[in-house]
Amino acid sequence: MSLSALLDVAEAMFPDRIVYGPPGGSLTVTQVGQGARAGAAIVAACGARALAYLAVNGPALPVGLFAAVQAGVPFVPVNYRLPAAQIAKLLTALPDPLVICDEPNTALLPAELASVTTSQWLSRCLAGSPASTPALPEPAEDDSPAVVLFTSGTTAQPKAAQLSHANLLSYVLQTTDPGSAGPDDAALVAVPPYHVAGIGSMLTNLYAGRRVVYLANFTAPDWIRAVRAEHITFAMLVPTMLVRVVEELAARPVELPSLRALAYGGARIAPSVVAAALRLLPDVAFVNAYGLTETSSTIALLGPEDYRRSAASADPLERARLGSVGRPVPGIEIQIRSEHGQPLPAGQVGGLWVRGPQVSGRYAGTGSVLDADGWFGTADRAYVDPAGYVFILGRGDDTIIRGGENVAPAEIEDVLTAHPDVRDAAVIGAADLEWGERIVAFVVPRDGAELDLDQLRVYAGSELRASRMPSEIILRRELPYNATGKLLRRQLRTEYLDPNGGLPK
Amino acid sequence: MTHLKVGARLRSQVDGTQVIVIRAAPGELTCGGHPMIAVTEPPGDDLKLADEHRHPTAIGKRYADQETELEVLVTNAGDGALALAGRPLQPKTAKPLPSSD
Repeated sequence: MSLSALLDVAEAMFPDRIVYGPPGGSLTVTQVGQGARAGAAIVAACGARALAYLAVNGPALPVGLFAAVQAGVPFVPVNYRLPAAQIAKLLTALPDPLVICDEPNTALLPAELASVTTSQWLSRCLAGSPASTPALPEPAEDDSPAVVLFTSGTTAQPKAAQLSHANLLSYVLQTTDPGSAGPDDAALVAVPPYHVAGIGSMLTNLYAGRRVVYLANFTAPDWIRAVRAEHITFAMLVPTMLVRVVEELAARPVELPSLRALAYGGARIAPSVVAAALRLLPDVAFVNAYGLTETSSTIALLGPEDYRRSAASADPLERARLGSVGRPVPGIEIQIRSEHGQPLPAGQVGGLWVRGPQVSGRYAGTGSVLDADGWFGTADRAYVDPAGYVFILGRGDDTIIRGGENVAPAEIEDVLTAHPDVRDAAVIGAADLEWGERIVAFVVPRDGAELDLDQLRVYAGSELRASRMPSEIILRRELPYNATGKLLRRQLRTEYLDPNGGLPK
Repeated sequence: MTHLKVGARLRSQVDGTQVIVIRAAPGELTCGGHPMIAVTEPPGDDLKLADEHRHPTAIGKRYADQETELEVLVTNAGDGALALAGRPLQPKTAKPLPSSD
């Protein structure tokens, strides 16, 4: 079955629902459907075998995705912030693509590629349905790729993850009820379209019938203004964005009366940030989501009820769940495996493996990396508590091995960021003759704070076991993140090893 | 026989019921005692909803089989009872998940 089933249901159940734009709206479900059919005709007419999207978030995104779906070609969002040479490399590797491209990005396009600007695309799709519907190719097969996303590549070269129609359909159908959004509900989407949450939010909000407002370039003041002006009830943020919003709200408190729920995910978040957010937004329900590109977005979540129960509990096991990513969503199974591939019982740390119809694990060129029983290895280290709550400790390859002991950077980072003068912290392992690896910490002072490193060492020494104590603490003005909020530890390691490269102090 | 695949949209032949398949399972899905067909197919002639197969469904509600993984969501309500291989589907009372992206 094809992903267009989602749009078909929305058109059948709530055709007049406004799904994009400010209150009052600019696009209904019916308009998205008609636009997508007209768009599919454009794609088919130019013989494109992929529809690439080199543009910011906006109504062109759903019209583009569903046009590609109906034309039976994959939809491929590309990060417009990449260097021009890399964009050209990704695009020219696609089979006969048509590229939807924001006006300022057209200069980045290799001349031989067929392209259309975002505004041309929208106006041609929305101008009205074509006089005659051209013959479209056979509907896509379940297992053919509906969306191709390039993984962030923080530890390796980006890979083209293929999410099939069946993967994305399963995710949306299992986690979302059609038309379940209230008439006043509105989501503010700040994650870019080339992030899996950008695709997930587009599909789930449309299927739920929730109006979406896009914020193309995130800043905390703009986000806060948009929440107030657009009467936003729900938003999802990656941790780096939530950190900025918390800082802005602490410095210049304003009410966000319409906001009922806030989801965050996409990377690990310091518990001190979550605590500050809960304090600053006491009436907002929080949702911590865990998912990967390869798993078609969310596979586990910690919902508002988990938060309430854990925060009110005296049981240390229940309280600890505030630091978990909750439990698997319907249809997802989870297994913790030892380094020899043996399943481990609750409480033991190992590699996190997942299985379910929304899990792709398939890459262009490489094919499927699922094991014989359909399990996908996430490369995250994790454990599960007796009630099935999942705790993520970080990427397996970020683990520091000091004197034969495994050290998760997150454990030390959480202690450092809990210090009142520290805004951000990152910990890496550096080669060491005596210990194999030694622990190196980078800390970013809070704006305006005079961070005393000796005092920070004393504080860290009082909170950490000696074997976890960083042998070096280095001050930085900021940490390197990619555009979707993932910490680039590799860059920190490179800079640390190359003293001539210089660290921005 | 219809193919029960995730995302498949099916209609009743005897009333206005329409469903979408959420979790797939083998077997014949019936509504009002008659096989459900793809929404694009025309219903058979002279099929009637017999009283013993009357059990109204509600729009937006999920229904599941007790023996297999089959789960469907009603996108258009009707009077016919949903059943898989003769077993009536039961309404699912699971609470909706909070939005996460």
